[in-house]
Order: sequence, then C-alpha cells, then structure tokens
Amino acid sequence: MSDVSLRDWLLTDAPQTRRQARLGAFYQGWLVFRSNHLALLGLVILVLLVGTAIFAPWIAPQSPFAQDLADRLQPPSAEHWLGTDALGRDILSRLIWGSRITLFIVGTVALISPLIGLLIGTVAGFAGGWVDQVLMRITDIFLAFPKLILALAFVAALGPSVTNAVLALALTGWPPYARLARAETLTIRNADFIAAARMQGASAPRLLILHIWPLCLSSLIVRVALDMAGIILSAAGLGFLGLGAQPPAPEWGAMISDGRTYILDHWWVAAMPGIAIFLVSLAFNFLGDGLRDVLDPKGAGE
Amino acid sequence: MSALLSVRDLRVTFPSRQGVFEAVRGVSFDLGRERLGVVGESGSGKSMTGRAILGLVRPPGRVTAQALTLGGQDILNLPERERRKIRGRRIAMVMQDPKFSLNPVMRVGDQIVEAYRLHSGAGRAAARLKALEMLEAVRIRDPERVYQSYPHEVSGGMGQRIMIAMMLAAGPEILIADEPTSALDVSVRAEVLRIMDDLVRDRGMGLIFISHDLNLVAQFCDRVLIMYAGRIVETLAARDLHAARHPYTQGLLNSLPRLDAPVERLPVLERAEEWREGPLVDASMTEALPGGLR
Amino acid sequence: MSAPILSVADLRVWFGHPPDRVDAVRGVDLGVQRGESFGLVGESGSGKSTVLRAIAGLAPDWSGRVAVAGETLSGARRSPAFHRRVQMVFQDPYASLHPRHTVDRVLAETLTLQGMDDIDRRIVRLLDDVGLGRGFRFRYPHQLSGGQRQRVAIARALAGEPELLLLDEPTSALDVSVQAEILNLLTDLRADRGLTYLMVSHDLAVIGHLCQRLAVMQAGEIVDRLEVADLRAGRAQNAYTRHLIAASQYQRA
Repeated sequence: MSDVSLRDWLLTDAPQTRRQARLGAFYQGWLVFRSNHLALLGLVILVLLVGTAIFAPWIAPQSPFAQDLADRLQPPSAEHWLGTDALGRDILSRLIWGSRITLFIVGTVALISPLIGLLIGTVAGFAGGWVDQVLMRITDIFLAFPKLILALAFVAALGPSVTNAVLALALTGWPPYARLARAETLTIRNADFIAAARMQGASAPRLLILHIWPLCLSSLIVRVALDMAGIILSAAGLGFLGLGAQPPAPEWGAMISDGRTYILDHWWVAAMPGIAIFLVSLAFNFLGDGLRDVLDPKGAGE
Repeated sequence: MSALLSVRDLRVTFPSRQGVFEAVRGVSFDLGRERLGVVGESGSGKSMTGRAILGLVRPPGRVTAQALTLGGQDILNLPERERRKIRGRRIAMVMQDPKFSLNPVMRVGDQIVEAYRLHSGAGRAAARLKALEMLEAVRIRDPERVYQSYPHEVSGGMGQRIMIAMMLAAGPEILIADEPTSALDVSVRAEVLRIMDDLVRDRGMGLIFISHDLNLVAQFCDRVLIMYAGRIVETLAARDLHAARHPYTQGLLNSLPRLDAPVERLPVLERAEEWREGPLVDASMTEALPGGLR
Repeated sequence: MSAPILSVADLRVWFGHPPDRVDAVRGVDLGVQRGESFGLVGESGSGKSTVLRAIAGLAPDWSGRVAVAGETLSGARRSPAFHRRVQMVFQDPYASLHPRHTVDRVLAETLTLQGMDDIDRRIVRLLDDVGLGRGFRFRYPHQLSGGQRQRVAIARALAGEPELLLLDEPTSALDVSVQAEILNLLTDLRADRGLTYLMVSHDLAVIGHLCQRLAVMQAGEIVDRLEVADLRAGRAQNAYTRHLIAASQYQRA
C-alpha cells in the first residue's frame, strides 16, 4: 500500500472496519498534534528523557556515585561535560541516572492523582445529592491546605524517601482533578446521549465507566500534562528540603540543594540540574498544549 | 438609483486539511431600501455572507470580493478600526438568540445606552432618553421597568425586541438579521417581525433577512435570494416565490408538510451535482432595480 | 376500541422545591391507542416535552397515573420490559449521540443492553432499515450530517424492537429537505413495524402530517384535543389552537 493511499485510508469519512475507524481517529489526532511544533518539540524532549532513563547504565560516562575529591568542583570540561560537584562526582552522569528518579516520581503521581480525582469527581457529579455534598466537602478540605505544606506533613509523618514523597504528592494532588471531573460530569450528566443510554436500561456504573469516563479522561490528561511541570518542581522542592530522595541518590532537586552553597563560585553545580528540571517541565507544558488541541472535546471533531 | 450596499463576487474561504473550503463562492447582489431575504439550508453560506459584509469572519477565514461598497464607499479593505465604526453605526446585526447577544450581568437599559453612546457620542442623559424611546419603539409596554431589568428576567421575544432596539438606536442604514426569530415561538415571532418591519420601513433602511424558512421570508420580504452550496442559485420577487423555477427552490417548497395539502409521503429533494456549478435562473439579479419591488 | 397502549391520568411534573418549585405539567390526561400516531403541540414552556420525559423516566418528580401496556409506572425507575417496549428519539441529533462512540458501538451496546443475540447481523439490518446502509457502520458522529445522526438515533431506538416511540421534536433541528426525509422514514417504519408514536412538536404542519389525533398544550395543561382532519378542515374551536394555526400559516398580508 503506497503512502498516499494509506493516508486516504486513514482519513476516510467512511471507515469499513472497527480497526480502521479507531486508527483513523488516532491519525486525525496525530495530524492535529503534529501541526503544533512546540508540542512536537516537547514530545521529542520527553522521548529523549525516557530513552535516557532506560539506557542510563550505557549512556552515563561515569558512575553517579564515584567520588573523586581531587576532582571536586571542576567546571565543565572535555572530561566532565557538565562539571563535577562538591564530592567530585560527574554531574552529567548524576543527571542521567537522576532521570530515572524523575520519571518514577512523575509517572507514579500522574497515575495515582488523576485516578483518585476521576473516581471521586465523576461519582460526586453523577450521583448528586448527599454523595456529592460529602465528597466535595472532603475535596474542599484537602484544597484548603497549601499542597506543599500538606505533602511536607505527610512526608514528615511517613519518613523522608522518594516513595513517600511520591505518595504525599499523589495524595495531595487529586482535589483539582476531582473538581474538574465533577464539572465535566455535570455538563455530561444531563446530555441526551446519557438519557438515551438510560432509556436502553444502562445501569449507573455502566453509564459512569463507559460513557462519562472517556469524556472526562481527555480533559484530565491535558490537565495532568500541564501539571506535570508543577509535580516535578514539587518533587524537586521536597528533594531540596531533604524530604525526598536521600543522599547519595542523584535526585535533581537534591542536587540543586547540594549546589546552592557554591552557587556564586561554582554556578554549574546548581545550574545543571536546574536546567534539566526547566527543560523537562517546559517539555511537559508544550506536550500538554498539544494534547489540548487534540483532546479538548470543544475543539475535536469538526 | 444607487444601491445602499453593493456586493460583487464575494467569496469566503477557509483553509482545511482537504484543501481550501469555499463557504461562499461568488455572491453578487445590490441592496436598496428594501427587505431582502437570503434563504438556504445549513451550510449554504447564507450566514457567512452576512458575517462577511460586517467584517466578522475570523481568521483563518478569508474574505475576498471584486467590490463590497456601502453607499459607494469601499468597506472591504478598510482597516479594522474604521470597520468597527461602520459596524453598529451604519450596518447593524441582530443574531438568532438574544440570550447570547446580551451581556448577562448588565441592565438592559445600560446596554442600549452604552451601545448608543459608543456610536453617537451622545451624553448620558440624552442616551437614556433615546434608550427609553427605542424600547417604546419596539412596543415594550413598560419601558422604565424593562430598562432596569437584567437579560435573564426577560423572555425570548422581549430579548429579541431589546436587541432590535439596541441595534436601531444608532440609526444604521442597513440591518442584517440572521435568523432573528428562529429561537422564538410562532406566536411571538409574528409580533417581532411586525416591529422589525415597521421600523425598517419607517426609517427607510435596507434589511437583509437571513433565514432557512422559505415561507417566512416569502411573507416578510420584498425580494429573495436562494443560496445553495455558497452560491445564489435564484433571485426572485418574494410574491413570486411559489412560482420559483430553480429545481432546488421548488424542491425546498415541496418538501414542507402542509396542513392544507395532506400527502402520504413528502417529496424528497434530490440534490443534483449541477446545482453547484450550473447556470443561475436569474442572471439579471445584479441589474435588478433595488427597492423597486413593493 | 382496544385498551390504550399508553394511558396518562392527572400527570403533574415539577422541578425544584418550594419556594422555587416550577410546575411544568399541571394535570394532563392522555390515551394513545395501539398503532396510532398521537401529536402533542405547544410552544416552548408549555410542558409538552416534559410529558414525554416523565413517561420515559427522565423527570424524577411527578405524580399521577401512567400505564404502558397495562404496566403502571412509578418514580424514575423503569423495568426492563418498559425499556424494551418504549423508546425515545430526541430533538437535537448533535447531543443525542456520544461524541466518542462509533455508530457500530452505539448500536452494539444498545442491542447488548436489550438482550439481543446475533448482534452483527442486526446492526446491518438496522442500518438498512433507517436508510443508512452498512457504509456508515464505523463512523463517528462528527463524520455524519444532522439527518444521518437522526437516522442513527432512530436505529438505536428501534434496536430493542419497541412498540411505542416517544418522538421529541425529532425534526426541528434539521433542514426542511432533511425533515421531509426523516418524516418519510418515520411514516414507513410505522407502517412496516406497526409502531405507535407519541410525537411532540411546535410545528402544527409536522404534527398534521404524521399524526391522526393531537392535543394542544399551553402552560402545562391540555387546552384542546382534536382530530387532524378537523385541524385541516379549519374546524378548530379553541381560540389558542386557532391562534397557533394562524401563526403557523404565514398568510401573506
């Protein structure tokens, strides 16, 4: 099948099979996404990040833990591309290994928070009445605390570690998703297509899972991608305060924290992980923007 | 006799993935001091024609024309600032649903006052008097009370009258009404139409009445343009509508169920490809005397 | 005459709680015979659509006695038997199809819910019955025109082989030429399947075309009942009905 006819096959208005319809919808989304160059850039950066994390042992020029006090605080050079830190460890290698930690944090938080939010928000919006009242008041209570303070309290209670930091971020991050999901549900709940499914005898869980979730999910995904930067920064903040990854783990936030003592004389120690955080956050923001073009139901379709 | 508005070869295009989509494909007509109906189905380009005249087509949509003149003055290539001055002061528009056209958090009267002052530069007190006068002109029985009310407190028919009052306050030469009564109940519709008709007639304005409803237009307008796929396929005097010659117009008329002529099955319009490009029934439409049909 | 398939006695529907309670329907009595097509005419706010929604179980607060084929209804819950027997077609074809579900998925889910077997074959037949053909099977709603969407909605309503269709202004969002096609489809389907229609519309001509009897609603009450033959012959007595007829005919002054 030539390239042109494959494109036509995907873009046809009259798909012949279930698979063609699904692939066609996917391809249309890809075309919209592709037209947003910044989003594409974001995607490339994130693919690189994932690749870096997977192949860290092969890419990293040195061990992230190998100390060499004779070589401490070296500026970027041919030997140490991004310089060395106070213990003489190669910053590039630490950043490469640290991408694993970053991805772990981001991935886990991005999985847990929106799921809790989706569940609570859609149930509240769909059930209405006292269920809605109770669930939303709980959400309000969580929202009333500054997120980072609440996370700090969680970590302080559970003990500082990456896992606990992730847990704390996930448990404090869901309320905005719940609000969003509830708002979406309220607009969908009374739609005619829900009424039509009800008329066919569809049960409430069925309506919720098969009809409402898919519509809420897209706006949640967009929101998560846009929030990703904030999650990375919060995780880095916890690391910076010593409540996240523990030394000698090469967590980016902790690395900045280590470097702040030398920031005037040896700027690269703090700046390199800072740039890494900045790039990844930016990439997620671009990606989120692109996903919004594709997934936002108001823009989708015609 | 000179036309108020003259449109030649108006085109509106939108870029799309499949190439350039032409929503309006070469529309030409003159508007005099008359009531001109523009009829077509959804997607015929009738609303886009109205928007293009007002300069309300948003990018990436593109409007081109050989000529688009208001009282002899070219308005197509005006800078946006100048264009905005014309909108409202010389050409006004009434949209389908007053709910979306009125600011929900502002009193009705204040909105009319603001619109009027924007275009006339009149003082506050004078504008207030004008607003009350306009509310009276659209036959609102208690203008003082309506002046003080918020949009959600008035009915659909009342809202549309308020919109008409607001649009006519600045004394425009042309009123473009895009499905002004489609959101209204039949019993209210007649009243709103009568008000609009009287005002347009008394002030010697030109009216472009965009609608999907053939019978309504036939009853209300002097002259009717029938649009299909972005082109005018037929132009005729409203009173001759039922003697329409273009198969599309005939098909539209026949597909309406009628109380006085019951049928088992309604005739279905078979769209012919040649309607998109074929000859127009009345090629003389651009020469037709504007305003001469009453 | 045989027992009516639908009987409604003293139906009252309200929204909200005092002091904001709005009484949308205030004591409506209706009887629809098996096989006939009954029209309910009124302007917006007359409560005509609310009557349908209350019967369908989509309006939670109502009182009165509603029975479908002998089964008395209560509250907003409806039995599986009701769902098989009664289906509804909504006004806005753009809002009545799930934007992310293909035609195939809509019909397959409906057939599954209705406990039908041989789903593949039935989908093809349903699409043929509503004049769409199998080429439309895997399209998403945004790949369909308004009239095509309404055909899908009708196919969905027919999937469980119902006896009574509630039609809530099924053509008012469509162009007149498409309206004619859908009205013809509804005429044919009723003849082929012996369906009963209860149709709501603001358009007297549409009701006159499709129905044999009609009731006129105003402010939540039925103010007039007449045969369509009387309507056509101009024998309407009620002042409001005459007003509606006059307003819908656009006699050129």
